[in-house]
Amino acid sequence: MTDAIRIRIVADQIEQLFQSLIKRDYAIFGPTVRDGAIIYDRIEDTSDLPRGVTDRQEAGKYSLASRPDQALFGYAIGPHSWKKYFHPARVKLFGASTDNGVFRILQEPTPPRQPTALLGVRACELAAIAIQDKVLLDGPYADEIYRDRRKEAFLIAMQCTESADTCFCSSMGTGPAVPVVAADITLTEIADNGNHWFLAEAGTPRGGEVLLELEHQPAGEADCLQVSTAVAAAGLQQKRRLDTTGLREALQDSFDHPHWDEVAKRCLDCANCTMVCPTCFCTDIEDVSDVSGDHAERWRRWDSCFTTSFSYIHGGSVRSSPKARYRQWITHKLSSWVDQFGTSGCVGCGRCITWCPAGIDITEEAQAIRGTVNHGNT
Amino acid sequence: MKKKPRIGVFKFASCDGCQLSLLDAEDQLLAIADAIEIAYFPEASRTMAKGPYDIALVEGSITTHHDAQRIQEIRRQSKTLVTIGACATSGGIQALRNWRDVDEFIRVVYASPKFISTLKLSTPIAEHVPVDFELRGCPINQFQLVELIAATLAGRRHNVPTYSVCIECKTRETVCVAVARGMACLGPVTQAGCGAVCPAFDRGCYGCYGPMDSANTASITKQFRILGQSDQQIARAFRGFNAWDWQFRKASEECEHK
Repeated sequence: MTDAIRIRIVADQIEQLFQSLIKRDYAIFGPTVRDGAIIYDRIEDTSDLPRGVTDRQEAGKYSLASRPDQALFGYAIGPHSWKKYFHPARVKLFGASTDNGVFRILQEPTPPRQPTALLGVRACELAAIAIQDKVLLDGPYADEIYRDRRKEAFLIAMQCTESADTCFCSSMGTGPAVPVVAADITLTEIADNGNHWFLAEAGTPRGGEVLLELEHQPAGEADCLQVSTAVAAAGLQQKRRLDTTGLREALQDSFDHPHWDEVAKRCLDCANCTMVCPTCFCTDIEDVSDVSGDHAERWRRWDSCFTTSFSYIHGGSVRSSPKARYRQWITHKLSSWVDQFGTSGCVGCGRCITWCPAGIDITEEAQAIRGTVNHGNT
Repeated sequence: MKKKPRIGVFKFASCDGCQLSLLDAEDQLLAIADAIEIAYFPEASRTMAKGPYDIALVEGSITTHHDAQRIQEIRRQSKTLVTIGACATSGGIQALRNWRDVDEFIRVVYASPKFISTLKLSTPIAEHVPVDFELRGCPINQFQLVELIAATLAGRRHNVPTYSVCIECKTRETVCVAVARGMACLGPVTQAGCGAVCPAFDRGCYGCYGPMDSANTASITKQFRILGQSDQQIARAFRGFNAWDWQFRKASEECEHK
């Protein structure tokens, strides 16, 4: 990249972004209101966006509310993360059949896939995608399913200017500001006093090409300052934080901590936290055959360390108690993930807090362990 | 050619809905009829061949002395005994009478109580004979039944999950009705299998598939109270189609005795 492309777009013109992406044959996925939430789904134009709607999130609670302004992206994050597009919940790996007693794997052509554009990806979510990239693409055995979906995707980030009560990206160092090269385009929405506009920055050449097609004005220094101030304010707004200092060691040393029994009393073992987590990647393999026995399929589906079948080996589950399963999840997420992949597995999006039907808060649980562990670093 | 396995389908106290699931599996029905011999299935066929059977599918709960004896004979005649549905697995909705005086019901309901002969309790099949597998649901899911038959025929492990309904909601991207709508939803303590139908239609889970393998009924009870449910309402939530299942039973009685 030579000169950074940084422009100002009037909100009414943002429709042109859709046109520009559609012209390039992208299927656009972004925020829209459905079933009492702002979810991520296929969208066609600005009328699908959650104009003037915001989300209220707290432990075990989510609701929508109207905003005083006409903001199109005036919410924190949706219930389901973007991982569903790159790492599908269910996917067929292959089919097989027997023909006169001869077993063979069917060579089924993968149907052509329209390239996807994700609109409105938050900083924490970009960090989560970077983590899944590392987990699923790095190393000798890249996940082809993930790679095929991920490589084509056009990412349009949306910086936050407000945080939900459950957000703690600031303390995780993953947001609310988006590093400029993290996405093809990074947008920031400013919707005050009838002056509704976006700052748009290109992170890649193809992002720059799209931006220059849109009606725009050059972004001035005052515009950039207003945006960076608004984004910084979103970070300062956050009440929750996860103190990661010494956390890796504290969790490693807390196998027998009495607090695990306390959290196990509340934990429903329902696996919601892992389903909504944008970095959780575990899967199970299911082999099915039909009644005739002539046709079989192998499927991959999301699994969770909260199910007893997840750690089942001959004779039983390795982690047979809810306590062991909760400990496994949080210890992997915040401690052994660091050993395995070099970063924390948590990006501070707060989904596991909001969507836990029992309202269990990962920041509180980590602090309960960290604050009382008998360890030199804490 | 290998001898086809013989299947018998038997009914006890039930509504017949689970047996119908087998007949509802229309596109698989011919393949099923091809792969197995339906030796005994009065709901579907006049043929009522004697045992022994390779697989017995048993629907319904035990509510009479006669049925209590009949299930013993079916067990003796069957290599593998699979219960289908909430009645056979936990006693069914009719187990609600287990908390009341059944003689009083008989006096109130029937013109000639003397013709009625019934047990005090409606009980699951497993309280009477050893059961090889329990297929949950009210009614059962026909795809799970076909999967179970296919797996048994192939000699492979079936894919019948024991985790929560929540995983099915998340897989189909239903927004959680407990969190976003404040509904009392039994999904977090209920076994998957239905495909999470009710939350997709804006209802909390009714627990038709009974408790999942690590159901924390105490925690969900606490959450229901936070959502404003009275102890009576919570007790009633647990007393649905799987009321007599020991975990739901215990949870409902704890609310009642508070």
